[in-house]
Amino acid sequence: MLTLRNISKTFNPGTVNEKTALSGIDLHLDKGDFITILGSNGAGKSTLFGAIAGSFVADTGSIQLDGRNITNLPDYKRSKYIGRLFQDPLKGTAPSMTIEENLALAYLRASGAHFPFSMITRADRQLFREKLAMLELGLEDRMDHPVGLLSGGQRQALTLLMATLVTPKLLLLDEHTAALDPATAEKVLDLTKRIVGENHITCLMITHNIPSALNLGNRTIMMKDGRIVLELQGQQRKDMTTERLLKAFREQGMENDRVLFSAE
Amino acid sequence: MISSAVIFSALELGCVYALVALALFLSYRVLNIADMTTDGAFTLGCAVSATVALAGHPLLAFPAAMAAGACAGFLTAFLQTKLNIPSILAGIITNTGLYTVNLAIMGFSSNVNLMGKDTLFTLVQPHLGAVYKLLPAAVITLAAAVLLVLFLMTRLGLSIRATGDNPDMVRASSINTAFTITVGLCISNALTALSGAVLAQYQKTADINLGTGMVIIGLASLIIGETLLPRGRLWVKALAAVLGSILYRFIIALALRMDLPSECLKLISATIVALAIGLPAIKAALKPATKGGRDQC
Repeated sequence: MLTLRNISKTFNPGTVNEKTALSGIDLHLDKGDFITILGSNGAGKSTLFGAIAGSFVADTGSIQLDGRNITNLPDYKRSKYIGRLFQDPLKGTAPSMTIEENLALAYLRASGAHFPFSMITRADRQLFREKLAMLELGLEDRMDHPVGLLSGGQRQALTLLMATLVTPKLLLLDEHTAALDPATAEKVLDLTKRIVGENHITCLMITHNIPSALNLGNRTIMMKDGRIVLELQGQQRKDMTTERLLKAFREQGMENDRVLFSAE
Repeated sequence: MISSAVIFSALELGCVYALVALALFLSYRVLNIADMTTDGAFTLGCAVSATVALAGHPLLAFPAAMAAGACAGFLTAFLQTKLNIPSILAGIITNTGLYTVNLAIMGFSSNVNLMGKDTLFTLVQPHLGAVYKLLPAAVITLAAAVLLVLFLMTRLGLSIRATGDNPDMVRASSINTAFTITVGLCISNALTALSGAVLAQYQKTADINLGTGMVIIGLASLIIGETLLPRGRLWVKALAAVLGSILYRFIIALALRMDLPSECLKLISATIVALAIGLPAIKAALKPATKGGRDQC
């Protein structure tokens, strides 16, 4: 489904601020794979997402998505197939547009409505209502409210729905629950699990929470200094515990307060 | 105090200039771009409309003017999105260049006179009687408003709205902002030029200076409308722009009634816009400092 070969990226080359953010990343995902990504701040996790989503062009290597070489495809063309959620819940929705208009935007763009003047139909609206009801946040009765009135958790849930309304080939979740309060975070995480599971979406998720990194999905990778330093799957992953993974963190010199805190 | 002739004239001009308010609703409110092309695009519409009408095609003048306005908007968008010129400067550059273009369209004369020539209004006069000016102007403006609102509900329209509303979201979604900004500015300047085109035929003359200060007049109308109808869906917002423009013309008519010299009007408009846009900052400054957050600055 997704194949990265030898992806490297150095920011500000030749200056004092030179930073190698990705260094020869090789990664392959099969259809339906759900990989969780761990690593301390600055390990290159978000940069990896940037490379996949096309926020910048990698210095070396190639990216294939569903058999198509997307290495040089601009970001706005890639995002037709790639859904992406950020930590900041305000980044994924347009605040002065209504819930329905936000969904319509996502739906009309992703559903391959080639005609630029296409509008949503009554059937589409019914679909939005059903999907919103699945979130169990009561948003289906507030479809004409501007999104700016919603809470962060509601907005993130809506963003998740928008990204998956038309099943994307790939979903990138960049700590999408980290800015929410614990109860809301858990709810959004449950929703994520359900939506990804029901639609068999190929998914990459960055998290600082070790238990959820091990519980969610079928593979876990750990990054450090722009490299993948540990990969877990199958039995090895099942046998892994938070304590042992923390130990691995320490061995890699990646111990930091944030990781320790999240492990509790 | 106010005769029916004054009321009619304010309604008529209000409808004509409402197209500029709608254009600025699109560029300034929806796309979040202060489009300085407006003045030049308005005169461009006047010049094209008068010249084409002078050649005997008063109806063809409107699509021609709109096409010309769209070209001006395209140029501003090109400077902004492809050559990375800041959006305000891009508008000013186009606006400056348009002065020469507009003169050239009018045969390097500073005005064109349509006296004795067919215009949209003289064509419909025999059929409409007293409302021969108001009705066509109102129909054009309402049609433009309806089409604009419907357009903003389409896939492309929603993309344009998102572009102005949340740049972060748009960067992560499949929207090509260079394209949406270009389409938005083309449409808004086509509307501005249409306003100029109707005005030129309405007053049977085009003048190189007609568009001067138009961006401020349009913004003043837009803001007056938003004060009247502060909340609502797209329909309400478009209606507010039209109502604001009409009310603005009534304010001007009143001011003229009170023997205010017409030379003062631009200063009044400028003051209205500065105060209205600056209001949040003024309010914040007047409010006693809470928790001392900003005192140290």
